[in-house]
Amino acid sequence: MNVVVMRLALHALVGRRRSLFLFGIAALLLAVAGLVRWGSGASVSASAASMQNFGLGTLVPVMCLLIGTGVIAPEIEDGSIVYLLAKPLPRRTIALSKLIVALGASLVFTVATIVAGVAIAGDTSWELATALAASTALASIAYTSVFFALSILTKNPVIVGLIYALLWEGVLAGYIPGVRDVSIRQWALAPAEQLLSAHPSWGVTSDLGMTPALILLGLTVVAAIVAAVQRLKTLRIKVSE
Amino acid sequence: MSSLELVGVSRWFGNVVAVNDVTMTIGPGVTGLLGPNGAGKTTLLSMMSGFLPPSAGTVTLDGAPIWCHPELYRRIGLVPEAEAMFDSMSGWDFVYANAELHLLPDPGAATRAAIEAVEMMDSRDREIGTFSKGMKQRIKMATALVHDPDVLLLDEPFNGMDPRQRMHLLALLQRLGSAGRTVLFSSHILEEVEGIAGTIQVLVAGRQAASGDFREIRRLMTERPHQYAVSSTDDRALAAAIIAEGAADGVSLTAQGLEIQASDFGRFVHALPNLAIAGGIALHEVTPADESLESVFAYLVSR
Repeated sequence: MNVVVMRLALHALVGRRRSLFLFGIAALLLAVAGLVRWGSGASVSASAASMQNFGLGTLVPVMCLLIGTGVIAPEIEDGSIVYLLAKPLPRRTIALSKLIVALGASLVFTVATIVAGVAIAGDTSWELATALAASTALASIAYTSVFFALSILTKNPVIVGLIYALLWEGVLAGYIPGVRDVSIRQWALAPAEQLLSAHPSWGVTSDLGMTPALILLGLTVVAAIVAAVQRLKTLRIKVSE
Repeated sequence: MSSLELVGVSRWFGNVVAVNDVTMTIGPGVTGLLGPNGAGKTTLLSMMSGFLPPSAGTVTLDGAPIWCHPELYRRIGLVPEAEAMFDSMSGWDFVYANAELHLLPDPGAATRAAIEAVEMMDSRDREIGTFSKGMKQRIKMATALVHDPDVLLLDEPFNGMDPRQRMHLLALLQRLGSAGRTVLFSSHILEEVEGIAGTIQVLVAGRQAASGDFREIRRLMTERPHQYAVSSTDDRALAAAIIAEGAADGVSLTAQGLEIQASDFGRFVHALPNLAIAGGIALHEVTPADESLESVFAYLVSR
């Protein structure tokens, strides 16, 4: 890890306008939570459904997309990444330092938002909040790593990431059983299902068992990190002629 | 003392050959990499700075290949063409961060020395985003100098500089060159290279067109045949007078006027107005037909 790379990544993250988007998205989720509480009379199953689908299924991946790409994609796009790469630092150090900052930021942001959302929409003695916080944390780590890798691997990480987040995770993984087995959202829900086994009526379910889900999440994160580091080692900077 | 060596270097992008079989050694002193836009200068510099692998050939710094060897950046300073930096940081903080990334023992002193060298101490606390193009260029220069590199690579460093800043940068580069540093800068403007007494490498359409002493190449460039398009009140009489005077090598009469070829540039431009006055002919138009840099380079290539 390199503290200077981390400091610059954090600076880039909070300095850009996209950090305002993050607060906007968080506010949107809290507003929806308020509506759910008002409409359902604080029913925990309605709270669970809204936070799973709209929260974990849609807004968490979008937040991770903004953060995971935000620490590196703009620098690759405008070429200022050369100031980091033209240094006697292993590229692995540069990649991991940036990823750590992204993971920290997205964990804090997504977990806090989901916990607050559950608290507003309806919960009994923090049970749903705890379970979904665990799932959100796992989902955040996986999504952020994947979007970070996409930033280095593709030229349009935000578009590719949005299509993946909204279409695959948001729509297909919500309805098509086969797709659900290859969905970060479903994997991440496995621990929540186990934690809430006493409340099947809340409808927090995953298509996978705890062990395969955690293995798949781990493999996804490791694959994303390896791909990101390898690609950064041989990143070709845009030739501007 | 370090030298960059390129042996048989080519780089292609799909079907497009950007750099074609270039062999050159860039040693201590200041070297200009000259060529029209699109000649492959940036591609060549990208390979020298380790941001692009050559498709064929080798690019080495004192024998070590540059691609995939980030530890060599201890000895290389890079001024990229792209203007983007970390715009919300102050000039000082950005240069300081670069010093830290180079793992320098005293980043504060190195930052001060680099910012003083580019004369930016007065504006060091302003955000980079508020800088003019020339100031950004100088801060980029400071980030490249902060670790006192042996080799300095600059891509179009004079772009956006006013004449005073340009003089200052020229002096700085010359100072580094005479201190034994290897300095290479690219430019598409012939006059920019002038005054930096050193070698130049001319690149045209990805190929090395000429290399050597600047004055030698400059002479080749100025002594080439010049083309002019001239129109006047009496083209035929003017053509006769020019030929009789021996002021040009060839004159052809066209519907638009005269096309004149002169190998002695100075003699022709002095003779033409005198001949016109003597013959009572009014000149409507005198246009150099081939003064673009491309044609100068094309001439060099065809030799």
